Amino acid sequence: MKADCPVCGATISRQIDMVVGELLECTDCGTELEVLSLTPFVLAEAPQEEEDWGE
Amino acid sequence: MRKDEKLILEAFTKRPEAEVVLVDDRAISFNIGRDRYDYDVVLERSINHSRAFHAIRLYESAGIPCVNRGDVARICGDKLLTSIALADHGVPQPEVRVAFTEESALQAMEEMGYPVVLKPAVGSWGRLLSKINDRDAAETVLEHKTVLGSYHHSIFYIQKYVEKRGRDLRAFVVGDECIGAITRSSPHWITNTARGGVTSKYPVTPELADLALRAAHAVGGGVVALDAFETPDGLIANEVNYTMEFKNSVEVTGVDIPGRIVDFALRAARGAVAV
Repeated sequence: MKADCPVCGATISRQIDMVVGELLECTDCGTELEVLSLTPFVLAEAPQEEEDWGE
Repeated sequence: MRKDEKLILEAFTKRPEAEVVLVDDRAISFNIGRDRYDYDVVLERSINHSRAFHAIRLYESAGIPCVNRGDVARICGDKLLTSIALADHGVPQPEVRVAFTEESALQAMEEMGYPVVLKPAVGSWGRLLSKINDRDAAETVLEHKTVLGSYHHSIFYIQKYVEKRGRDLRAFVVGDECIGAITRSSPHWITNTARGGVTSKYPVTPELADLALRAAHAVGGGVVALDAFETPDGLIANEVNYTMEFKNSVEVTGVDIPGRIVDFALRAARGAVAV
């Protein structure tokens, strides 16, 4: 199953161990993406980093 | 969901007695005083400190044990409160001064001697840290903070700069045990792995274990990671993280950190550890 990067349009394949909410990087444009759904496989640009993000 | 959370999920799959429900903090709302949950424990892994802290308190209010506790999140999420907790418990740390105006902050820096590090009380990953080497830089940074920053950037948290010879230490604490440690090395004075710091294994020496457990105890315990400096006078505590990231440390340490976190959460669910 594949989805397009919402930023650059590159085709990204769903990996078998992916989970909803997972963050990944588009290998073409480097944008951080979030897995919105597995079936269908949908990606969106990940939320922008906020000031209180961290560990 | 970072790789860290994914590793935790994988650890849960190896413990089939646990049923895991993922809760996205963007999708939930709370009805204070009326919420009831069918959870045995909440393992908090939010990337937002403010959401994490408030959600924990709301779950705790509904009677759900949380890892970590709200008090731990409140203290660790704020470097100023962390420093107070460390001082209250006699845990060694760099000199820290706090001031609320440009003038008093500058006066404090002059008294401390340069270099100093100005840190936002709330923040992570080495962002917005300023190493200030002289009065000119101090005046500039303080003015920029005051004019351009939001109000909490005028709570000036000033730490004496520690010459750390290109690395600092991170010790992972789960409950009453320091389970592993690493060094984070970088040619830059900021050694966070989020900023390119490279990890290597570091032995859990008695000194490091003692410091880590004392620091963990000072902030309320649970699952935390201590960042520490090596100094000629021994190890000192820098910060304590309550939603610790460990993805770069599992292989390096050889310790199943996510597994240990999950086991602690499951013990908390059974009431076997107090949280």
